[in-house]
Amino acid sequence: MTSRVRALFGACAIAALSTPAIAENIVIATVNNGDMIRMQKLTDDFTAKNPDITVEWVTLEENVLRQRVTTDVATKGGQYDVMTIGTYEVPIWGKQGWLVSLNDLPAEWDADDILPAIRGGLTVDGELYAAPFYGESSMVMYRTDLMETAGMKMPEAPTWDDIKKAAEAMTDKDNEVYGICLRGKAGWGENMAFLTAMANSYGARWFDENWVPQFDSEAWKTALDDYLELMNNYGPPGASNNGFNENLALFQTGKCGMWIDATVAASFVTNPTDSQVADSVGFALAPDNGLGKRGNWLWAWSLAIPAGTEKEDAAKKFIAWATSKEYLALVAENEGWANVPPGTRTSLYENPEYAKVPFAKMTLDSINSADPTNPTVDPVPYTGVQFVAIPEFQGLATATGQQFSAALAGNISAEEALANAQDLATREMTKAGYIK
Amino acid sequence: MVTAHSRTAARLMISPAVVLLLGWMIIPLSMTIYFSFLRYNLLSPGMEEWAGLTNYRYFLTDPAFFAALTNTLLLVGGVLLITVVGGTALAVLLDQPMWGQGIVRILVIAPFFVMPTVSALVWKNMFMNPVNGLFAHAFKAVGLQPFDFLSHAPLMSIILIVSWQWLPFATLILLTAMQSLDQEQQEAAEMDGAGVLSRFIYLTIPHLTRAITVVILIQTIFLLSVFAEILVTTNGGPGTASTNLTYLVYAQSLLQFDVGGGSAGGIVAVILANIVAIFLMRMIGKNLDT
Amino acid sequence: MARAISTRRKATFTLVAWAIGIAIFFPILWTFLTSFKTEAEAIASPPSFLGFAWTTENYSVVMERSNYSRHFWNSVVISVGSTVIGLLIAIPAAWSMAFVPGRRTKDVLLWMLSTKMLPPVGVLIPIYLIFRDTGLLDTRTGLVIVLTLINLPIIVWMLYTYFKEIPGEILEAARMDGASLYNEIIYVLTPMAVPGIASTLLLNVILAWNEAFWTLNLTAAKAAPLTAFIASYSSPEGLFYAKLSAASTMAIAPIIVLGWFSQKQLVRGLTFGAVK
Repeated sequence: MTSRVRALFGACAIAALSTPAIAENIVIATVNNGDMIRMQKLTDDFTAKNPDITVEWVTLEENVLRQRVTTDVATKGGQYDVMTIGTYEVPIWGKQGWLVSLNDLPAEWDADDILPAIRGGLTVDGELYAAPFYGESSMVMYRTDLMETAGMKMPEAPTWDDIKKAAEAMTDKDNEVYGICLRGKAGWGENMAFLTAMANSYGARWFDENWVPQFDSEAWKTALDDYLELMNNYGPPGASNNGFNENLALFQTGKCGMWIDATVAASFVTNPTDSQVADSVGFALAPDNGLGKRGNWLWAWSLAIPAGTEKEDAAKKFIAWATSKEYLALVAENEGWANVPPGTRTSLYENPEYAKVPFAKMTLDSINSADPTNPTVDPVPYTGVQFVAIPEFQGLATATGQQFSAALAGNISAEEALANAQDLATREMTKAGYIK
Repeated sequence: MVTAHSRTAARLMISPAVVLLLGWMIIPLSMTIYFSFLRYNLLSPGMEEWAGLTNYRYFLTDPAFFAALTNTLLLVGGVLLITVVGGTALAVLLDQPMWGQGIVRILVIAPFFVMPTVSALVWKNMFMNPVNGLFAHAFKAVGLQPFDFLSHAPLMSIILIVSWQWLPFATLILLTAMQSLDQEQQEAAEMDGAGVLSRFIYLTIPHLTRAITVVILIQTIFLLSVFAEILVTTNGGPGTASTNLTYLVYAQSLLQFDVGGGSAGGIVAVILANIVAIFLMRMIGKNLDT
Repeated sequence: MARAISTRRKATFTLVAWAIGIAIFFPILWTFLTSFKTEAEAIASPPSFLGFAWTTENYSVVMERSNYSRHFWNSVVISVGSTVIGLLIAIPAAWSMAFVPGRRTKDVLLWMLSTKMLPPVGVLIPIYLIFRDTGLLDTRTGLVIVLTLINLPIIVWMLYTYFKEIPGEILEAARMDGASLYNEIIYVLTPMAVPGIASTLLLNVILAWNEAFWTLNLTAAKAAPLTAFIASYSSPEGLFYAKLSAASTMAIAPIIVLGWFSQKQLVRGLTFGAVK
């Protein structure tokens, strides 16, 4: 603890007599995902190393957390000292000066070890604004036993055509086996994350260089038609309400032949206590269409410090601990290598122990094949693979997501959905001043 | 009979409530009205500027607006219908002699204790899910194709969930009112040969009107702002099939963080809600006089 | 003979009422049962009703992960605090509206209700700014204030209806006897109004207990009640039905127990022996 912080803290303690002046207390807001819960459990290791800091956790469901931290950071409410945010928020908040730069984390934290694709997504104008806790891309998870029965083999890097054939071969609706499960629930982080990434591999894009929406393009039409064809013929019933969790439950109970979703799901579907199909899951890269882009996304849950916190140094100490190499080793020691937060450090993938984890290589390859600074076939004015890093995106993509969800439910046609999405996007972009 | 003295006392007694609510209304409302005329996105600070009626224009011409309006009315109307009819029936039933009355009462009232998010999650995943839900298992058990509630009848499903939550409220209020029903009058009517139905129509219903009025008014207020159930189950979709006004305002204010647009939506919602309230008062408000 | 019929009637009513009661209660029962399953069993198909390996593992996970007692205590303070303060403000107001109605009483009542019509999501930012500047963010005081204000109209309304049920003749008789305003309230009105007040109290404790928008958005670590506790179990990555069920059971059990103990009092109802 530096003397400046000591002085500051002292002043605070005198100002607010209710605070016991023993230790500095930092409040950490985080998502209730498995890896973060594990971090919360391991807090004792941090406080043992830093006896002058105490930690308080606010663990919330993703949507609630996002709403809470965004409100707080934008109004400078000062409720949190460390916030868990994603690759969508970091560029927007960093540009506003709402986050503390992490360029001065200690040398042993080793910033150069962070995977370049992930680091790029968290850096604005040369300043690293958040430290990645875990990174994910998306990939194909499939049932090796069903593929074998069907006499087929999944290529390491399939095309959308391969996917369609495999889905057809595995579907057995009488026994409640559906060839493919994909996200259909409306939401910018649900069906639109998948569809945007898929559309990238079809050569589609959200906006052209002048921010004109592109839902009227042929590429979007083909992408959406193929998505609907896959899901209507080989998908499970009620797909328009399935998000990550619903599909996970379906896959774990053996009802899906394939599932294209987040790489972190790999550890859940191969975990024998929760998954009935743990022994027969294979992995492949997200499909492409021969256009040079794959349909996989890139996301990193990261830890950041809101500007204006009085406990910046303690917060930095915590972040350096939670995203360090030592933390990965600590988790491996306690819970095994398969449960280490994946997708952030090169050194982890060079570790021979970690290489034994069945999905390690495919996760790394997937992450490396995503490029948030250059996500589409045609040039675009934005960054982000499965999102567009502008503040208007969350609301806009949720509204368009509803249209595609309606098309999946069969309430409107694909043409209507695309036309509606085009209108919605044009309206929003005009209102926000992007289209003059 | 009412003296000037007691009038003054009455004014004094009512004033704390009025003053507090006045403050609670005026401060946020005036801030909201002010914001609604600004171009103000929380995520782009420093860009605030006067926007005139732009926010209102965009909110009112939103293609989802008309759907949201209809859905709001259907949701409120549907739930009111189910809860008032069901609540009256349950109140009458629970007022009859039976064994274990106390336990049945608590069973019926219990859904009201469940937080909206929880009940929506439970209904969505454990009951309405077309593959793993209990309804799906029941359908399959009798050889039917499972019905996909949330995709093909999203608004109906939400009405069902919300009704389940509010039925206990109606039952409780009406049951309390039933207790003051004049038993002697009932018995006298029975002696005179009045049937169960006519006793219900001519004695019970008139007795319950004021309680029913209260149920309708209070529930309307809560039902106009139903939101958690929609967010959890359908996200307002598919399309806009289950988007109500509150959800639309939510999308503006807490997804877009468009404070200007959200405020304009909020003001529109207040105006519409007040129209509904005045309409309701015209229809049933006279029941409040005695 | 009459006795036999009434027994048969009673049996029929018992049967029908229990069937309906169990049907309505079933989702809660199911949640309770699921909380004792493993995550894999919770989504098993076909679902097992009782014949599964009962485990309390979910409860230990929940206890280990969250500071349940703090959330619980916050919920108690916030819901009881806001209801009691609300009642203290609302009882006089409802009394005067019911017994000394003026020309504009109904307008005032309607207006009170209309203050609840501004959708909370639309005013979050203004309120958040006010709370930030007054230092009320993440404090129980702040939440008690907000919940008192948002539930006040409901409290006034409910009390008003219950008070209206009290026959005016009793009051007139009391006044004839020379009772002062104070005595009138304490000795005549209050005993008659107790069931109505009790029922209002319970309903508002429940409303405040379940209020999930303000309690979630105005708190962080210190003042967060059980709604925030629940928000950390709804839909994380991975299977969560069993843990969610355990957390839900823990969140709703206290209030169900409260309801159980108070329900007799609650529906004992308004009996007006004095007038008859």
